[in-house]
Amino acid sequence: MNYKTIDEANQAVIDKIVAGSPFLLDVVPAKSVIKELNGKVLLHAGPPIKYENMTDPMKGSCVGALLFEEWATTEEEARAMLDRGEVSFTPCHHVDAVGPMGGITSGNMPVLVVENKTDGNRAYCTLNEGIGAVLRFGAYNEEVVTRLRWMRDILGPALSKVLNKMDEGMNLNVIIAKSIAMGDEFHQRNIAASLNFLKEVVPYMSEIDMNEKDRQDVLVFLADTDQFFLNPMMAAAKVVMDGARMIEEGTIVTAMTRNGENFGIRISGMGDEWFTGPVNTPKGLYFSGFSEEDANPDIGDSSITETFGVGGMAMVAAPAVTRFVGTGGFGDALKTSNDMMEITVSHNTNFPIPTWDFKGIVLGIDARKVVSTGILPVINTGIANKVAGRGQIGAGTVNPPIEAFEKAVTAYAKKLGMEM
Amino acid sequence: MLHTIIKENSYQDSIVLMLLTNKLNTIEGVKKVSIMMGTPANKDLFEGSGLKTPELASASANDMALVVDAENDGVMDAVLTEVDEFLASQATTDSEDTNESARTWSTAMKLGKDANVALISVPGTYAALETEKALDEGLNPFIFSDNVSIEDEVRLKKKANEKGLIMMGPDCGTGIINGVPMAFTNIVRPGRISIVGASGTGIQEVSTIIDKLGAGVTNAIGTGGRDLSEEVGGITMLDTIVALEEDPNTDVIVVISKPPAKSVRDKVLGLLRQVSKPVVTIFLGEKPTYHEKDLYHAYTLEETAKLAVALLNGEEIKALDETVEIPAVELKPEQTLIKGYYSGGTLANEAGMLIADGLNLEEGLTHEDGFILNSAGHEIIDLGDDMYTQGKPHPMIDPEKRIEMIQTAGDNPETAVILLDVVLGYGAHDDMATELAPAIKEAKENAKKDGRELLVLGTVVGTSADPQNLVRQQQILEEAGVIVCSSNNKAVRTALGLLGHTVKDEEKGFKVVEEATNASLPKASQAVLDLLNTKPYVINVGLKSFAEAIEENQGKAVQFDWRPSAGGDVKLQKVLYFLDNYVAK
Repeated sequence: MNYKTIDEANQAVIDKIVAGSPFLLDVVPAKSVIKELNGKVLLHAGPPIKYENMTDPMKGSCVGALLFEEWATTEEEARAMLDRGEVSFTPCHHVDAVGPMGGITSGNMPVLVVENKTDGNRAYCTLNEGIGAVLRFGAYNEEVVTRLRWMRDILGPALSKVLNKMDEGMNLNVIIAKSIAMGDEFHQRNIAASLNFLKEVVPYMSEIDMNEKDRQDVLVFLADTDQFFLNPMMAAAKVVMDGARMIEEGTIVTAMTRNGENFGIRISGMGDEWFTGPVNTPKGLYFSGFSEEDANPDIGDSSITETFGVGGMAMVAAPAVTRFVGTGGFGDALKTSNDMMEITVSHNTNFPIPTWDFKGIVLGIDARKVVSTGILPVINTGIANKVAGRGQIGAGTVNPPIEAFEKAVTAYAKKLGMEM
Repeated sequence: MLHTIIKENSYQDSIVLMLLTNKLNTIEGVKKVSIMMGTPANKDLFEGSGLKTPELASASANDMALVVDAENDGVMDAVLTEVDEFLASQATTDSEDTNESARTWSTAMKLGKDANVALISVPGTYAALETEKALDEGLNPFIFSDNVSIEDEVRLKKKANEKGLIMMGPDCGTGIINGVPMAFTNIVRPGRISIVGASGTGIQEVSTIIDKLGAGVTNAIGTGGRDLSEEVGGITMLDTIVALEEDPNTDVIVVISKPPAKSVRDKVLGLLRQVSKPVVTIFLGEKPTYHEKDLYHAYTLEETAKLAVALLNGEEIKALDETVEIPAVELKPEQTLIKGYYSGGTLANEAGMLIADGLNLEEGLTHEDGFILNSAGHEIIDLGDDMYTQGKPHPMIDPEKRIEMIQTAGDNPETAVILLDVVLGYGAHDDMATELAPAIKEAKENAKKDGRELLVLGTVVGTSADPQNLVRQQQILEEAGVIVCSSNNKAVRTALGLLGHTVKDEEKGFKVVEEATNASLPKASQAVLDLLNTKPYVINVGLKSFAEAIEENQGKAVQFDWRPSAGGDVKLQKVLYFLDNYVAK
């Protein structure tokens, strides 16, 4: 290896994370930047999974995507095609993409294009659809498909025009730094960042050439969608972690993701290989009328935010949502963040947290430390109903299975020549 | 009916769990209870004690697992309440200083970057690895843990020596570093005597007698019981002697050990003959016949302390007055036996040695099954032996086994004398005298009903500054009818005197021992001199109460809330060790 010790390799990885500079450049149809999506192919969240093993919401998302792409005209037809294996699947992560919850992405969906100006690599993510009946939670009714088409035809092109008017695109680090000081942790709470995003967009929205009704609709949609920035945050985290992954040594976790069946992680020294264990079911607060009984097992690529150091890893930054995710008061949030220091290498001073005495967000989850201490990363997450299309039923926190980390460090030790 | 309770992510130290186990066992309707962390090894223990349940399978090393064999379901409410109260009272004290505790070495060293000692009280299987890490951080390890292999001890002591550090232990129960008590230790007046010893209660008996004589102790460094073995070669002992020679706060050096291996004895005595400060040695079990110039050899722990104080005060060294006052009691003819039940291993050894001497026993001194002496009905038992402490608290904390033995010995019409020790200090039971008193009274009363006079002789190892208060403990024992002696030596000699025996003491003359003394004294390392010469700053890896005792006595401590690495999985620990120490070619 090019580094003398694991610590040195890890330092190189975290240096790259700190140096990462994600810019939002454009919004384009997915298939124009992800060549794998030309054909009957869908992207999904998490490590690889077979269609038959997907949970109900992810299958529902697939149905919605087939209807949106007009590969099928009815649910029955869509399910039959899927059952016959006429649609093939690839994890988002394998094509430089990430997707929240089910993560189902098809060729004509608009995606955010984020470039890491430091390393020149790019990452993609769909646009947030808002709350209620949405594709990412497995809904596929007429309303959902209609909205997806509006996003394809109106929202995506409008944002593309806006972004193309900016000289270098939108500097996402700036929005993240501003918003963390305004109480966002970027997984459960993105309200400040979504407003800051809107603030950047509005001046250009007023000058681009488009139908007034559509302009109004876009502005209302962006103003209403509190979690809009989750998706740019995910793409930013993905592009930075992929930049850091170019250092192909060390034990820094470079991806964490779930497909409803397995939780997968990657570490810097093991490149593209996934190390998995069965997912847990989130614990948290449920909307009235729901309980853990109704919860879908842990799902989504959104834990890329925790990999980067925000979300549950930065719980202390967002006192407002600590109760919502079921972690009690501020003291508990502080304790969670302090615990996370035990499994990370350092702090990313680009993103100081005022409520943490301006310590930077945690930087670089070291898989060795996770295995050694048994302290697991804390992931803030929405909880999906296990029945497709019923949407979000609560929010909470979830931990990865420790065996994923155990497998990863064992494989790396083997790679470095340890005799087992 | 077996009930299982799993408390997830509730890591508790084994001593805490054992105390809780004791508490739960007193609840009416509880037949049997066992509480352990859910490690694979502990699950086997559950199985071994017939308390295995299917629910245990899900418990991890960080989960607390309770299995209760209850007479009926109703009992479980009481059990749960007791558990919650017990743990809540732990938590309140825990939560006060959450900022000062660490879960990893890197955080511990950030919080305590000027630390110079690591006090390690983790389960023995993990102690070597944590010691290795402590040495890598440049800390002097103080290893309270036992069950460290001799191979590990040798390797780690060599590493410490190379780094200019000293390793105290393993199985080092007690110590005083620059006046600050470490682990199970008495509060001894500060002074100009320093002790280095391979025996915990030996150090305690000598240092508390020094305190009773009005002098004081600055450093008492435990080496671990195997330090003077052939394999270890006295590494810690030798390095400490060299440092004490240079320590500006030490005027008299005391060396305490079991008889060392021949080659190690030559090295240690060779070094001591070069030391300029007066030295007292005791190799417990040997009856020395001479002193040397500035090198005095003692027979008993009391003599050791008295010699040290006399040397400190510049007094002439004379033979000790070993006469004891024999209580006027009428023993029945069949009352001929001495039964000693000790919590301090070295005190038990001293008792065995003196009795064998007084009774001219040719054989009977043993080390099997916790016996120190087992001869024609006389018995001295070390209740701190592994045989009695596996899965049970140490007899300095838990009176149960001793109470049982007092009862049995009292019922035996041949028993003349029961010998006991009560060891005070940090870590010991809050009020052992009160725990033992009822059993002693009862045994004496039962004997009286049977027409016998049963004598109970005891010694309290402690000082007036100890949390338990020496005088109060002595009073409680006296009120229960115990004849409290000022030292273990005196107690044993009194017991022998009652049976009409005495230990013969010969006046020791001076002898010149010729040695090739061309070797010059090695230099002590700065780190070790600093260790002896400043208040310790301790990374306390394990038992939290040790950190509290250190801080109460002007030392500094960072609490390291240790949990087994990788949940106790040895294979993963090896993987982590490989990765942590990997160096690319």
